[in-house]
Amino acid sequence: MNWLLSHFDTLRDSVVRLAGQPLAALLNISVFGVALCLPAGFYVGLESLEGFSRQLSSEPQVSLFLALDASRDDALEIERRLQRHPAVGRFEFVPRERALERLKRSAGLGDLIVELKDNPLPDAFVITARERGAAALEQLGSEASTWPKVERAQMDSDWARKLDAILGLGRLLVGLLGALLSLALVAIMFNTIRLQILTRSDEIEVSKLIGATNPFIRRPFLYFGALQGLAGGVAAWLLVAAGVQIVNWGLAEVAALYGSGLRIAGMSWPDTAVLLGSAGALGWLGAWLSVSRHLWQIEPR
Amino acid sequence: MIGVSHVTKRYPGGFQALHDVSFRVEAGEMLFVTGHSGAGKSTLLKLIAAIERPSAGSVLINGQNIASMKAGAIPFLRRNFGLIFQDHKLLFDRSVFDNVALPLAISGFARREIARRVRAALDKVGLLGREKARPVTLSGGEQQRLCIARAIVNRPAILMADEPTGNLDHAYAEEIIGMFKAFNQVGVTVLIATHDLSMIDRIGARRLHLDHGSLAA
Repeated sequence: MNWLLSHFDTLRDSVVRLAGQPLAALLNISVFGVALCLPAGFYVGLESLEGFSRQLSSEPQVSLFLALDASRDDALEIERRLQRHPAVGRFEFVPRERALERLKRSAGLGDLIVELKDNPLPDAFVITARERGAAALEQLGSEASTWPKVERAQMDSDWARKLDAILGLGRLLVGLLGALLSLALVAIMFNTIRLQILTRSDEIEVSKLIGATNPFIRRPFLYFGALQGLAGGVAAWLLVAAGVQIVNWGLAEVAALYGSGLRIAGMSWPDTAVLLGSAGALGWLGAWLSVSRHLWQIEPR
Repeated sequence: MIGVSHVTKRYPGGFQALHDVSFRVEAGEMLFVTGHSGAGKSTLLKLIAAIERPSAGSVLINGQNIASMKAGAIPFLRRNFGLIFQDHKLLFDRSVFDNVALPLAISGFARREIARRVRAALDKVGLLGREKARPVTLSGGEQQRLCIARAIVNRPAILMADEPTGNLDHAYAEEIIGMFKAFNQVGVTVLIATHDLSMIDRIGARRLHLDHGSLAA
């Protein structure tokens, strides 16, 4: 209980100390906020893009295009095979006439297509796999492409996978940026605490002389560092939230033109917890390194 | 209680502060360490308080050898000591009360217990009315008494003072030494380093004389 009370006292002292030098505290907090909002902001953007890409390719499909000279019987044969195949979830037969109809309607190429004497489009099956995942789909596609009268199997998820790869690269870069900035923040807190130690070196010396343990001496500085880091994390969160709001205003117009509901989501609660937690931890770490170095320096030898 | 045997302290650079010093202090004893300035009195007290480590020899406190102690155990050893430093080492940005409360806060006492003990200690040295004052506003003698209050607030078994009457006039010095005598009478082991020989004669306590780092007979 005493132990808890003494921690509480230390926490209160740290808050008082922070409030006692508002300008220095504010500067440090904004450095933390700006540095952390960069990786956090990119992360939020990536998350939204990822959600968007998942929405588009939610059902991975294979299109089987039959040879142009395939007859209805050939198509029926393939239909029977598909019905028996364990990996197939659903499938739809698109006869060549209907495919031409669709093309006429959707692409605005009606006039051009009317000029054609023959229908250049083949019959096709659009297959949805029973299981998700590119591997199962790919296997199904390559197997089906060996069936008689099947000209070609095309994976509709190809572009989604490309996007996924690019997003993966983005995640890697965000991680790298986060790591570099974290290093810088630890260095900044190290220096901040070093200055604090200089102004309180008498207190540290006397405390040590009359029986204070190293953890006892470290504690107020650790609280100070963690508090400042945490405040920086809150600042970063606010910056990201403001950024998301601004970008969404810009996106609203674009999204309206394209008729899609594309907008960036704010930080989720788990992500917020991670942001605040790592901000506090970085401040704590910088403070720990700084005090430990000082304690090591004044250790009698 | 304190056993110093064949202790030598050499500082980096070659200066030898103590050379082959051996003596024992029994529990409840009062002992003066005398000698000219630079004779090694302060160094001796620092070695006993584990503030410095001997280059050779051993310092035993209650049978424990300080030199072989783990660094993590030293703070707990120090809590047995009440230390009065030559340069006071008061914290000038804290009140008289907070200065005296520091050792108790370090030992993890409850707030109410701290207040009770701090007032008792301040009462003993006659500073009870000044608890809210800053150390800067105290006179030299009062600052010395504040140091004593901080040293005894933890009820230490061993009280060590380095030149406690250093720059005090005679009446003040008399008063301070009287306090040490009173603590000794209630069972506290007292070690005082001083170059002021006049007061030792009057008290009649045991005396160790250091001369250039060696014990003189």
